[in-house]
Amino acid sequence: MTDAREPVTGIEVPIYLNYEFTAGAALARFLASIREGRIMGQRCPGCASVYVPPRGSCSRCGIPTEEEVEVKDTGVIEAFTIVHIPIPGNPIKPPFIAASILLDGTDMACLHLVSEVPTEQVHVGMRVQAVWRPREEWDYTFENIAWFKPAEGA
Amino acid sequence: MANLAAVVGVGQTKHKSKHKDVSMAGLVRQAAERALADAGCEWKDIDALVLGKAPDMFEGVMMPELYLTDALGGNGKPVIRVHTAGSVGGSTAILAANYVQSGVYNRVLTVTFEKQSESNATWALSPRMPFVPHVNAGAGGFFAPYMRQYKEKYGAPDYIGCMVAVKDRLNACRNPYAHLQIPNIDLAMVQQSPMLWEPVRFLESCPSSDGACALVIANEQLALRAPNKPAWILGSSTRSDGTMYAGKDNVHPQSLIACARDVYAKSGITNPRKQIDVAELYIPFSWYEPMYLETLGFCGEGEGWKMVESGATAMTGDMPINASGGVLSSNPIGASGMLRFGEAALQVRGMAGEHQVDGARLAIGHAFGGAHSYYAMWAVSADKP
Amino acid sequence: MRDAAIIGYAQGPQYRYAGAANESELIMPVVRRVMEQVGVGQQDIDFTCSGSCDYLQGAAFAFVEGLSALATVPPIKESHVEMDAAWAVYEALIKIWTGEADLCLVYGFGKSSPGELRTVMALQLDPYYHVPLWPDAISLAALQARAMLDSGAISERDMAEVVARSRANARANPNAQLKGNPGIEELLAEPGFVSPLRRHDCPPITDGASAMIVASADVAARYCKRPAWVRGIDHRMETGILGARDLTRSPSTRIAGEKAGVARGKVDLAELHAPFSHQEIILRRELGLADAVPVNLSGGALAGNTMMAAGLDRIGFVAERIINGKADRGVAHATSGPCLQQNLVAVLEA
Repeated sequence: MTDAREPVTGIEVPIYLNYEFTAGAALARFLASIREGRIMGQRCPGCASVYVPPRGSCSRCGIPTEEEVEVKDTGVIEAFTIVHIPIPGNPIKPPFIAASILLDGTDMACLHLVSEVPTEQVHVGMRVQAVWRPREEWDYTFENIAWFKPAEGA
Repeated sequence: MANLAAVVGVGQTKHKSKHKDVSMAGLVRQAAERALADAGCEWKDIDALVLGKAPDMFEGVMMPELYLTDALGGNGKPVIRVHTAGSVGGSTAILAANYVQSGVYNRVLTVTFEKQSESNATWALSPRMPFVPHVNAGAGGFFAPYMRQYKEKYGAPDYIGCMVAVKDRLNACRNPYAHLQIPNIDLAMVQQSPMLWEPVRFLESCPSSDGACALVIANEQLALRAPNKPAWILGSSTRSDGTMYAGKDNVHPQSLIACARDVYAKSGITNPRKQIDVAELYIPFSWYEPMYLETLGFCGEGEGWKMVESGATAMTGDMPINASGGVLSSNPIGASGMLRFGEAALQVRGMAGEHQVDGARLAIGHAFGGAHSYYAMWAVSADKP
Repeated sequence: MRDAAIIGYAQGPQYRYAGAANESELIMPVVRRVMEQVGVGQQDIDFTCSGSCDYLQGAAFAFVEGLSALATVPPIKESHVEMDAAWAVYEALIKIWTGEADLCLVYGFGKSSPGELRTVMALQLDPYYHVPLWPDAISLAALQARAMLDSGAISERDMAEVVARSRANARANPNAQLKGNPGIEELLAEPGFVSPLRRHDCPPITDGASAMIVASADVAARYCKRPAWVRGIDHRMETGILGARDLTRSPSTRIAGEKAGVARGKVDLAELHAPFSHQEIILRRELGLADAVPVNLSGGALAGNTMMAAGLDRIGFVAERIINGKADRGVAHATSGPCLQQNLVAVLEA
């Protein structure tokens, strides 16, 4: 007996899995400090590089980074792009700047947003400073800094 | 010390956004059957199976070798699955070659694939991980600043990236398996497509494809008896470094320089531009072509964009890059690396059909993954070393 | 094909919860320990291979973090399998046999605590026919145990004996997670968990990492007085369709054991990767191990089951015993997939 119905060529199999993520010991210390408005990097005992956000290890040297170093919330743009598509779940409106920012006192750029500046004026080497969210909104996240803007007096 | 190994069979599926006509098993089997047919052998002639693919989350199947063994004749055989992010297609081919070069196996089937349409690749590529600020929409957002850095530093005109996109998509029109085939593509069409992350426009970035690629690799004795011309593997290499560390050069990555140097040394290549007849490079965004030309030593620093502008990398140029259409035309992520390695083999075997580069005898395949962290390359030749 | 040997092995502590420690924080100490043990640095290593599975942590590309634990300047020659690191050992051996490497670093790690492991494991099955039924790993193992009991191949007492031995042996392993001295009756009195398995017939959830150094014959003696030579190694796969297998047998283990040459000499000890108690009995029989052969002196996977490193640990324990002069010849086994679907067997000798 043949089946007159259309053959099934696909099914939906929803997968719901719950995970409890942990930040990693080094990142957890960083997040605890940023919750208080302080940016704490870690220095590699091998090459003396300071990392923000810290990962607990320096992958140049393959050794743990333990020494904590507080750094300022100012830095310089090392590389950037102008993003024209929105980030899901983020209110920032395209076009916006996503940049590699080398915070003063660190040796590896971190990724963050740049705003409050016409996109044509953004350039490599531009000095920037952090724009923090209101203190009441601070949590365990680098996003306590909403974005970076051109440094005053730059 | 290593035994000789050669590619005696290459198979791939037509790459498309959604392969609703086959299951994952069907997809890989299609590519595998084509490779076996090319190699003139049957499932029973294969000693081992080497599988590779990118993150399992792209399909929602964990450790797919366990499910796919039945479709690929793996039962009763040694089966292994490699995963090195985007370069996986390349590193998988290399392990398969090593299987034969070690002398442990005589003839190996290696298969890579991605069926991204079955899950949500955009989500899987950048899931909303806690603790990490989400500053980018898609992988391109991460790479764009470095392409922009290259463009600015070396004064490359805006249209260079567009030229690469046009070239690759036109090449793809001569490749029946390519996903994107846009016969009327021109510079204006690319320049008018929406800007995604400066300097990358929509038509300068790779598609998301379902597809599979398979190779049969055999030892010298079996290769000499194969029905079609073998592609002799001269040398291969992989190099990796950390995602982010102080002083990492993201425009001319150290790991790629080291990988290329190793492959060239093993293959007797001292002048890449002169000796290599055709190269299949993993270019997911147009600007990587001029950048990689420099890093791979085809030209000096800052000269890559000029090479592109001069037409040197077109099919008719002296250094054709991606005659197959490359990753810009087809991107089943797990297979993309093996497609580069396989297309390089097709070229030196004289089996690349309409996208054959005349007289190609020495070709390289290149694969790239992660944040300029994983590189895999091989050199293949029409001439037995 | 030149000889190769295992010359170093280190296992990290096996935690129920590694807590805040992330992948590279788990890997780094154990990689450094094995390198110190052997007396090498990353610059001496010709090839690094690791084993891990992203789905355990719920993050695509999680394995990339492993590179943060290594010195990657200058760039390293490296690869990775999304499998138990026992298969990374295999890849390292292949590299040695091609002549492209003399000294290899292998590591495996798994952090299973963040997710619901038994449910995540269901994703290993056929995505169209089986996954939608969500047969979790423990239920599948229970099916296998039921088949074993019903066929008369084992008794519940046999299973309890495996557990009792595991707990007792584990007392000698400072890294083991579960150790003790339970009596057989005490174990049999425990309530059922997923019938016919009791909780203790199942492996614990473990976070951890292990590392190993493998060397070619050309350099092994330089670093190790008594290398554990790999005399034979083989691995085989079986069908992914559970209904098409006789779950009371493991033909792939038997074949791998034959190809690896288990029967060619006296077996002083065996480490069998049996996450469930009844599986140890299946494996022992398929490998033809005499009753007198001590199995899982480490406590085995029942005492600590770092996913993606438990197979590596079996190889490591046998190697360690040989290197320390406590054994001359041993068998190590690793498994992957539900109900012993894929199996690797290695024979190591002094």
